[in-house]
Amino acid sequence: MAVDMNMNVLIVDDYKTMLRIIRNLLKQLGFDNVDEATDGSMALQKLRQKHYGLVISDWNMEPMTGLQLLKEVRADNELRNLPFIMVTAESKTDNVVAAKDAGVSNYIVKPFNAATLKTKLTKVIGNF
Amino acid sequence: MGVNTADDRLKQQLRALQESSGGQLNANEIYELVRDVVRSMRGDLSGADLKILTEIDHLATCIRDARLEIASLRPDEISSRYIPDATDELDVIATATEDATNDIMEAAEKIETLAESMEGTAAAALTQAVTRIYEACSFQDITGQRISKVVATLRHIEQRVEGLVEAFGEEIEQIKRDPDKPSGIRRKESDEALLSGPQRAGEGRTQAEIDALLAGLD
Repeated sequence: MAVDMNMNVLIVDDYKTMLRIIRNLLKQLGFDNVDEATDGSMALQKLRQKHYGLVISDWNMEPMTGLQLLKEVRADNELRNLPFIMVTAESKTDNVVAAKDAGVSNYIVKPFNAATLKTKLTKVIGNF
Repeated sequence: MGVNTADDRLKQQLRALQESSGGQLNANEIYELVRDVVRSMRGDLSGADLKILTEIDHLATCIRDARLEIASLRPDEISSRYIPDATDELDVIATATEDATNDIMEAAEKIETLAESMEGTAAAALTQAVTRIYEACSFQDITGQRISKVVATLRHIEQRVEGLVEAFGEEIEQIKRDPDKPSGIRRKESDEALLSGPQRAGEGRTQAEIDALLAGLD
């Protein structure tokens, strides 16, 4: 199935610079409908108000971390199949295992490059 | 005087001292009192008892000296000045790198907009270069997180040091009253004392002020 390039994408990070970087890289890849949230609880609110085709989230945020957000998404009947990519500096085995157990779609370690972002997006949402 | 009488005498003297100081006894006063009682017992004790008491006396002296030694490190200065200075500097670094990164991103976004209006290999090369700039700017996220970790560690150390300040308050006051005692922290001397590093916003002098100052010194 062809990827809907007009889909809404939600990016979640407490560093505004990182939100800007990811937004610009997504724009280069052809995704123009990008919304932002600066922590998990803000993201969850937005996810329940609008339909999104993809979430790209950091892990270390307060008051709700990216892992907590992922668990909330997977526990919600309306959101549980939402593609969810974790983009984080957390790179220990335990982190990856915890994210996988929580149902993450893919995991990108910071710092990352545009090519890695495209590869992981393709794996999660399909070729575009 | 036997040991039991010594106990009674100690209790009596402690009670008297407590009453005369309004219920507040400091470590030094207790130390002096115990020392007096121990010395007064010496004539009535066996060799073994005397040896133990001498050891206790010696231990008490070591503990008192150790407390003074720790207090001379001036943990109050560490928690009230050095650690807050360090965390303030780190916060300034985090803000400055974020501002600089946003400036770089803004310039890169302008270049990208221009590249979109161009064609051919030049446009592709510009876009590729802009992508590299975006990727490189993610350093700010990593350094920001590392700085936050360091600040959290420093705050944790600050809490522990505040505990020390509370425990050694008396000795610290003693050190403060005697300014000739070294603080344990190396003091800057002569030319080195002039080195303060970059000033924070609002502190230090502007270029215009420095030019005016130099002109005034001619």
